[in-house]
Order: sequence, then C-alpha cells, then structure tokens
Amino acid sequence: MSDLPTVPVAQAKAPTRRRRRRVQASGTDRIFLALMVIIPTALVVGLVWLPAIATVVLSFASWTGIGSLDTIKWIGTQNYVDVFTIYPPFKPALTHNVIWLVFLFVVPTCLGIFLAVLLDRELRATRFYQTAFFLPVVLSLALIGFIWQLIYSRDQGLLNAVLNTEIDWYGDSRWNLWAVLVAAGWKHAGYIMLLYLAGLKGVDPSLREAAAVDGASPVRTFFSVVLPVMKPINIIIIVVTVIEALRAFDIVWVINKGTNGLELISTLVTANVVGEASRIGFGSALATIMLVISLVFITIFLSTVMRGERR
Amino acid sequence: MTSATVTRGAATGTAAKARRRRLSPARILLNVFLTATALAWLFPVLWAVYNSFRDYDYTSEHGYVSLGGFTLQNYLHAWEQGEFARHFLNSLYITVPAVLITLFIASCVAFVVARFSFRFNLVLLGVFTAANLLPQQALLIPLFRLYREVPLPLWMSDSGQLLDSFWGLILINTAFQTGFCTFVLSNYMKALPHEMFEAARVDGAGVPTQFFRITLPLCRPALAALATLQVTWIYNEFYWATVLMQSGDKFPITSSLTNLRGQFFTDYNLLSAGSVVIAIPVLIIFFVLQKQFVAGLTLGSTKG
Repeated sequence: MSDLPTVPVAQAKAPTRRRRRRVQASGTDRIFLALMVIIPTALVVGLVWLPAIATVVLSFASWTGIGSLDTIKWIGTQNYVDVFTIYPPFKPALTHNVIWLVFLFVVPTCLGIFLAVLLDRELRATRFYQTAFFLPVVLSLALIGFIWQLIYSRDQGLLNAVLNTEIDWYGDSRWNLWAVLVAAGWKHAGYIMLLYLAGLKGVDPSLREAAAVDGASPVRTFFSVVLPVMKPINIIIIVVTVIEALRAFDIVWVINKGTNGLELISTLVTANVVGEASRIGFGSALATIMLVISLVFITIFLSTVMRGERR
Repeated sequence: MTSATVTRGAATGTAAKARRRRLSPARILLNVFLTATALAWLFPVLWAVYNSFRDYDYTSEHGYVSLGGFTLQNYLHAWEQGEFARHFLNSLYITVPAVLITLFIASCVAFVVARFSFRFNLVLLGVFTAANLLPQQALLIPLFRLYREVPLPLWMSDSGQLLDSFWGLILINTAFQTGFCTFVLSNYMKALPHEMFEAARVDGAGVPTQFFRITLPLCRPALAALATLQVTWIYNEFYWATVLMQSGDKFPITSSLTNLRGQFFTDYNLLSAGSVVIAIPVLIIFFVLQKQFVAGLTLGSTKG
C-alpha cells in the first residue's frame, strides 16, 4: 500500500522515500506524532471499545451493579438462555426491530432512492424539492416524536379529524409501531435521498447516454447501468439503514419509554440498567446481542469503504 | 444551463432547448408529483408552526382544522414552563466543547494517518470509524459504572463524579464522533498537494509546523462542513444525556423533551411552540449552512 495515495509516484521510488522520511523525523517530532495518535486512541478505546468488551464479559455474569466487583457471580450462558426463554418482552422487541428494519428498507429507503433518481435531472425547482425532503434530517428523532404528536393525538390530532376516527395512534399497541415508523421514515427518506443523490452526481453521464442511444428505457437504464455502478453507495445505504434500525431508541423513549407495543432491544437494555431493578448481567446479554449484529454490518461497511481507500 | 434553471423564458434558448426539448406530459407529471410530495414532506413542520401561534381556547372550541385565534402567548409559556433558557445553556455547554475537541483530535489522527506511513493506519482508521457506528446501548452498562467510579472535584461537577456532569457528556460525545471526523478528514488530507509538505520539510519545518501552519488552514472547508454537522448531531444527541445525566436541571434541551412531555402533551399549542423553539437552532443551520451540512454528510457518506 502506498503512503502517497494522491500523487502517482513511480514504483521504484516509493521505498526510498519512505526510508528517508523515517530518518528525518526528529526526536520532538516523534513525540509529537505519538501524542497525536495516542491521546485520541486512548479516549476512543477507553470509552468505546473497552466498555464494549466489558459488556460481553458481563453478559456471563450475575450482578446487581451495586458493591464491588467481588460480588459478581459467573453463571456462564445462563443470561442468554433466560433472554430467549423466560423474558417475555424480548420476542416482541426483536420482532419490532425486524419490522423497523424491513419497513425502513421497503418504504423510506426505496422512496429516498426513487426521489434521488427523479431529482438527478435538470428540474427547475430541484432546489425547493431537495430542501423539503432534507428538512427532517436536521431534526432529532425525539423532537420528531413531539411534532408528530400533533398529528397522531387521539383527541386533538389531525389524523383523527381527517379520518373521522378515534384512535390513539401513539398509545394503541395495534397502531403505534406503524405510526412511529412513519414519523421515523419521514427523516430516513430524506437522509437516503441526500446520500444517493450525491452518489448519482458522481456517475459518468456518458454511461447513461450510451444506454439511451442503445434504446434502453429510463427504468432499464437505472437497473442495468446506474445501480451496478453505484454498488459502494448501495452498500453504505444498506449498512446505514441496518444500523439505524438497530439503534432506534429516541423516538420511542420520548413517547412511552419503549413499552406497550413499542418495545425495542435498545429500550430493554436501557430499562434493565437505569430502571429500578438493575440486572447488569442480563442487560449485558441483550446488549451483546446488539453488539454482535452491529459488528457484522460494521465489518461489511468498513471493508467496502477501505477497499475504496486502497484504490 | 444555469440560466435555464432561473428563468422560464430560457427554456426556449438554444442551449436549454437541447436539454429540455421534452417538456412533455411526463415531465409535467414529474413536477406535479414532486411538488405534491415536497409539500407533504413540509407539512408536519408547517402544521406545528401554524398551531404554535394559536390560542388554546380557540382551537379547543373550533378544532385544529380551523382558522383564527392567533397569539404569541404559547411561545412565552413554553419558554417559561420548559425552562428553555437553562436547557439551551446546558446544550451550549456540551455542544461547543465537544465539537471543538472532536475536530481537534480527529485532525490529529487524520494528519498522522494521511501523512505518515504507519503500518497500522488502516487498523487505526477502522478502530475509530467502527466506534462511531456501534449502538450506544452496547457500551452503556460498563460506561455507566465507570462514570460512577470516576471522582471529579466539586468545582468541576456538583455531583462529585463523572456521572451527572457536563464533562462526562462532552467526553462520550467526543469519543463517539471522532471516528466519523477522522475518516472524512484523513480522506481530505490525502488529497492535499504533497509537494507543499515536501517543500516545508526541506525548509526545516517540524511536524507541529506542518500540522498547525499548513494542514489545518488547508482543511478549513472540511472543518467547516464537519463543524456544522457535528453541532447538529451533538445538539440532537438524546441517548447519552438521558442515561448519564440524573438531575433534571442539567439536561440539554433535546433530552429534556422526556420531562417536558407531561407538561406539554395536554396543550398542543404549547407543544407546537415548544417544538418550534427547540428546532430553531437546527433550522438556522439548515437554512444558513445547508451547503456545509450536505457537504459534510456526503464527504463521508456514512453515519447513522
């Protein structure tokens, strides 16, 4: 791997250059360079990676979290067995996370891509359209939960006034997950639109022209020409969507702390630790499940991005 | 071509004609569809803004789908009842240092990764970037415990520990966001002209000079874009403040929403006004710094 990715250097030159640089770095420079890496790394490893590893370790323990570390009892995989067998909220939570993921893919992600494709042509009002779709992206999901309450409320909400119904959209467990998903998708679609549009701008226009000359329809061109070229962006979008679905928390916490039809794995972990009866080992087992799922996708993501780096 | 996007008459211009010769029904349909979707997209925000200016008694009598009863009272009440002044200040205490530290240490790592050949630079980048994508809940338990164990002098935190202090939130936000910034900045720095550094080295410039005098000034566009993005994200950050803060009066504005719920969910005009006020800082960013924001987002094309 070359250390000069932007400047094309003849192959033979690279090694000598590298050696010379090593020699040139003086004592103070070395210390400076070392500090520049060590301090940030210590922060990230200490506050992110070590806790992540500790979570995995604690998932094999039984501990109330009170008292010293000696009070920890090691109970093997019992917590995992419990999660899957005698913990009623787990199954709905897992189901909701899966529904969340599938919904994000099927509706807002596809809509975002569709909008990006439509906007990727010379339209007069394209700036207005982009601004509109992009607006929810800057709002926090907690705030989005608040804003949509005006639409979903049972007594004064707009939706019931329009549909002439009396449904408590946030409170009724038959509806609330879907109501929340629409609100969350409102933001997600804009985000995906933005990412995809940036990717589309980078597609060589001559590819599309060639396809048009060959008589391919716009739909055919998109699926056979544009989509394959966009592979790196597609993977990034898949990973972003999965991580988003796994991390979903704010909007349901602000509505009812993830209960009554809005259980998610993230809210179960949080409730097990911050709530009254803190069950450290059990909460850690739930968190480890999240960690493992996310690491799979983070690896896919990193290998995609790094492959791009190397090029 | 730019003129074509500005004036309608230009559609008949020769340059524009080639591109735009198909002002066909399909194109009109497309514009109608996009306009309708865009308006639908704006609607929830506009609805909140509209109702925030209306009187509670008026809307409870006539319903929300009505016109009239305009007032500014909701904003005053929301501001007072929500103790917005305090919570905004809390957000400021957390966001500003967190963004500055994040950008600084991310620049440090990115500089080393981009400019010096370490065998580990991909590993390093991986460690930083992946940290940004982990679910927060996966770290919560040990972190919570750790924060309770770390003592802070009372002048730094009146809780006497890292838990329930601004320092703790600044640290964790920094640790979480550094990865994304490092990734974007290292790509940016790799694209800087290399000759400049060679020349500086020949002139005897050490690493600090190369970093502070050459690299950072050249990275200003990327830093501006990232700063915009990070201010938005950290301002919007909800999770860490919810779990790592314990006194209600120390919550930043976004996390204070959980507590405001009880007060606001009975009066929707108040709720609207409160939502609008909380959205104002990010809406300012949205309208004034949109270009920076989008640039930051698409420079990295990542982040959940």
